[in-house]
Amino acid sequence: MTEGYMAVMPANGWNWVAVWRRNYLAWKKIALAAVLGNLAEPMISLFALGFGLGIMIGRVEGTSYVAFLAAGMAAVSAMTSATYETIYSTFARMGGERTWEAMLCTQLTLGDIVLGELAWAGTKSLLAGTAITLVAAMLGYAAWPSLLYALPIIALTGLAFASLAMIVTALAPNYDCLVFYQTLVLTPMLFLSGAVFPVSQMPSAFQQVSSLLPLAHSVDLIRSVMLGRPAESLGLHITTLCVYAVLPFFLSAALLRRRLMR
Amino acid sequence: MVAIDFVGVTKSYGKRVVVDGMSFTVAPGECLGLLGPNGAGKSTITRLLLGMATPDAGKITVFGVPVPARARLARARIGVVPQFDNLDHRFTVRENLLVFGRYFGMSKREVEAVSPSLLEFARLENKADARVAELSGGMKRRLTLARALINDPQLLVMDEPTTGLDPQARHLIWERLRSLLTRGKTILLTTHFMEEAERLCDRLCVVEQGRKIAEGRPHALIDEQIGCQVVEVYGGNPHELRSLVKPYAQRIERSGETLFCYAPDPEQLLTQLRGVAGLRLLQRPPNLEDVFLRLTGREMKD
Repeated sequence: MTEGYMAVMPANGWNWVAVWRRNYLAWKKIALAAVLGNLAEPMISLFALGFGLGIMIGRVEGTSYVAFLAAGMAAVSAMTSATYETIYSTFARMGGERTWEAMLCTQLTLGDIVLGELAWAGTKSLLAGTAITLVAAMLGYAAWPSLLYALPIIALTGLAFASLAMIVTALAPNYDCLVFYQTLVLTPMLFLSGAVFPVSQMPSAFQQVSSLLPLAHSVDLIRSVMLGRPAESLGLHITTLCVYAVLPFFLSAALLRRRLMR
Repeated sequence: MVAIDFVGVTKSYGKRVVVDGMSFTVAPGECLGLLGPNGAGKSTITRLLLGMATPDAGKITVFGVPVPARARLARARIGVVPQFDNLDHRFTVRENLLVFGRYFGMSKREVEAVSPSLLEFARLENKADARVAELSGGMKRRLTLARALINDPQLLVMDEPTTGLDPQARHLIWERLRSLLTRGKTILLTTHFMEEAERLCDRLCVVEQGRKIAEGRPHALIDEQIGCQVVEVYGGNPHELRSLVKPYAQRIERSGETLFCYAPDPEQLLTQLRGVAGLRLLQRPPNLEDVFLRLTGREMKD
């Protein structure tokens, strides 16, 4: 049993790159549309929510609502792009498109494939998150040099959510089940994590739930960086995100082995 | 050292035993055909061979490497042509080779060094920059074959390599496979095409319900299992005809409206039948299909 599990672990530290490069090559063919989408989406949300709601709300936690929201949006877009990539595109490559089936006939192990897919989903969230922080910075809602610090946090957020979504991909029998994850897990998390309004406005029970959610840690980190504030409990935030990135990886590899290598 | 060694391999899914105590060996440079009806367990045998499934019992080695324990090492020497097309349809022919080569740890330069000869082998020289979606079924299968050769494998595992292809495309694949055999590659192929089995395979292993029910060289199997001429009788009342020809036939089988008479002396049998009006008669030498149907039964099973 253990031996079988070890056989699906990554074969080495670099095999996953081949999987990442395959996905990059596919993405490159539609890159222009993808990048435009990455830029347009945050601009629309920032304008609509930021200015529309912002006028009514005024200042939040000592800053304008648009600036407060922009940081939340950066974390949320990292979450959604990594999740969508994993539960839809990866799910297709694992199943109907038979991409994984071809990979499994080569020198790649299942773990290499999963790792490559996670790295790719992390890359996609880095792209989406970078777009939103750039838009925010150009509008004057983020400090330029601190943007650089936001990027690794966005990438880590993407990895954590890709890793979590990989469990869903490993378990979901079909596309319909993937939607449940979106509506029952991600949407509530969006509201519980302080992305669109401060956590401090919620009842204390909800605040405690919030402190366990990966998105809350990501929002806290990215917001302090983008607003140029000193980050509190930096170590806790990063450790939590790392745990969310690493543990589901091992769990999903085990689940995928059960699913694909019966 | 043998290329493939299966010893008493068993695999079940739930209560269904898919591979049941299967044993066979494949010598280097040999082409072994696994012949069997749909659902006989042929595809599961190839999955077990590649380490994609773990047997419940038994031992598998590929070039002496134990599978699935060291399946990755074994796969370095195996090329796979799967039953269902799993090419990357968004990519060009050339890109498919590049991406697949990288899965074997090859650099772009290494892939580019071998690509021209692979494309020539697959007769796809002029299609290098065509997208897979633009290729015909035969071209896709040839690309899959070229892709399977990218790591210069000693063993090719093919799961129904010509299913769904038209006759021209099928003949081209067969010709390419024969040229691989003359180069000393070992081939394990699963098929339910008798013609394919007869043309390509040095040895056949007839599989049914996960069990080996016969094994041998194609012609030896035909001699052993049939060993006489076959007269096919179409039309008439099969029941009456059966009693008419019974004394002259070794064995009679019925499939739908056709009677298959295995006759050591076909002339005698034909003389009996020529008097009956409305019959169509065909005398022919026995073939692998007769063997297959004799072993697995003439009537549809499902």
